[in-house]
Amino acid sequence: MSEIALKKSPARRVTIRRHGVIVRLTHWINAFAWIFLLMSGLQIFNAHPALYWGKQSNFDRPFLSMTASTQDPTRGVTWIAGHAFDTTGWFGVSKRNGELTQRGFPELMTWPGEQDLATGRRWHFFFAWLLVINGSVYLIAGLLSRHFSRDLLPTWRDIRQIPHSIFEHLRLRFPHERRYNVLQKLAYFSTALIALPLMVLTGLTMSPGMDAAFPWLLEIFGGRQSARSIHFFTASFLVLFVVVHLAMVLISGVFNNLRSMITGRYVVEEEP
Amino acid sequence: MAPKVLVSRRRLLGIGAVGAGSLLLGGCDDSVSENPKLLDFIDKAAAFTYRAQRLILPRGALAPEYSEMDVAAVFRPNGSTSPSDPAYRALARGNFADWRLKVDGLVERPMQLSLADLRALPARTQITRHDCVEGWSCIGKWTGTPLSEVLNRAGVKPQAKFVLFHCADKFSQAGVPDAFDPNQSDTVDGGGVNYYESIDFVDAYHPQTLLAYGLNGQALPVTYGAPLRLRLGRQLGYKQAKYVMRIELVDSFRRFGAGRGGYWEDQGYEWYAGI
Repeated sequence: MSEIALKKSPARRVTIRRHGVIVRLTHWINAFAWIFLLMSGLQIFNAHPALYWGKQSNFDRPFLSMTASTQDPTRGVTWIAGHAFDTTGWFGVSKRNGELTQRGFPELMTWPGEQDLATGRRWHFFFAWLLVINGSVYLIAGLLSRHFSRDLLPTWRDIRQIPHSIFEHLRLRFPHERRYNVLQKLAYFSTALIALPLMVLTGLTMSPGMDAAFPWLLEIFGGRQSARSIHFFTASFLVLFVVVHLAMVLISGVFNNLRSMITGRYVVEEEP
Repeated sequence: MAPKVLVSRRRLLGIGAVGAGSLLLGGCDDSVSENPKLLDFIDKAAAFTYRAQRLILPRGALAPEYSEMDVAAVFRPNGSTSPSDPAYRALARGNFADWRLKVDGLVERPMQLSLADLRALPARTQITRHDCVEGWSCIGKWTGTPLSEVLNRAGVKPQAKFVLFHCADKFSQAGVPDAFDPNQSDTVDGGGVNYYESIDFVDAYHPQTLLAYGLNGQALPVTYGAPLRLRLGRQLGYKQAKYVMRIELVDSFRRFGAGRGGYWEDQGYEWYAGI
């Protein structure tokens, strides 16, 4: 086909139903719960802004911590694997009512803003239940409707397409197709079916009650403190996912994308 | 028809987004995040957690126990580490020889037990993990009398619903534990409130629920709650009351403190701390 022929016959625009009602509903409930879980989670983290590996805390050797500098209490220091980084204003020391205060994450990132572990926990566990109930509906519906195997699980053909798909993304070419491209599949699969269940399981491992009911939770994550660290890093992965996700929604046809997650309708361009 | 639906849904989403946004911006002055009515509502989740864990968790399921090798070299103490109460100081100076544990309330036979009496009862030693609500964990070896041994001797009346622990240490209203200042021998406490805790009978009769008088093979030091502290295997650190002076069996904990069942509970923490 020549170039001229391509230009003369523009792609046909077809409206399809992209997302089923359960996916749309659970998506927005999940997004709402996630914001509060993240911010109340950072509030809880601030009560002891240090991470350890193993069964218990070796207080002199956290592999990540946020503190005030011992020489200058107005400097915030983030320690990662023994290396110190000055993070004044963000981590370790940040402004609270205009004054530099020692705290892990700054007040704009935590829920509540002020240091209040008790209230942070109450919000966190409330939204944790919402996330679990909402996620269960999503998982059951996705399994029954074969949504996961049909739409999210990459096929061998998809895997071979990875280099091509990366190239297309780098050129900021986002063809509107009926099916997800392989990078979308990998992102959604790892977030919805790996990272979020991992958040729930590592969260449960931190519960002393659940550790008595299911001691294998401690075995698979290598102890309560490891589970707490994995909970933190998986949450960090989710933040990264959301940043990229929102950017992609914006640059790859924001109206079409948003409409597809609200009404389900999505316009694809097809060869005539 | 379809566009109309589209608009109304978009508007609905818009309202949701604006609502969530203003809720989050409200976080700056915490008028939403600390709104008492909202907190009352979200506390339904805490009650749900308690019921769910009681449903899932077999009554006798044990918290994991660890080996001698896992015992922390330095066990981090939390809460009070040196109560200022003059009566307590006097007992401590006498090595707690004159200390008596009062067991009363809804029991058939109110009792007063000395440390020697408690040591004469069947004992249990367990190496368990202490999980602070802040997020850290420490493993220690505890020795003590299972609470059930004491309860069975006192005879629990059928109306009793909770076991309440009265402690010798005080906290200021700001949540700061009092501390004995050795330079001021006549330290008077600053008008704080006494620490207290309460548990239900599922935990009270659990085999790992100890009235502990020993830590890591030694007599329990003052820093860790001498002469006697509560150890629960399946709840967070703030439930593990230190400096226990009296055990009272009650049908309700509403009339104590702010009525939420414990010192930290009165500050907003969950009564059930299995999570």
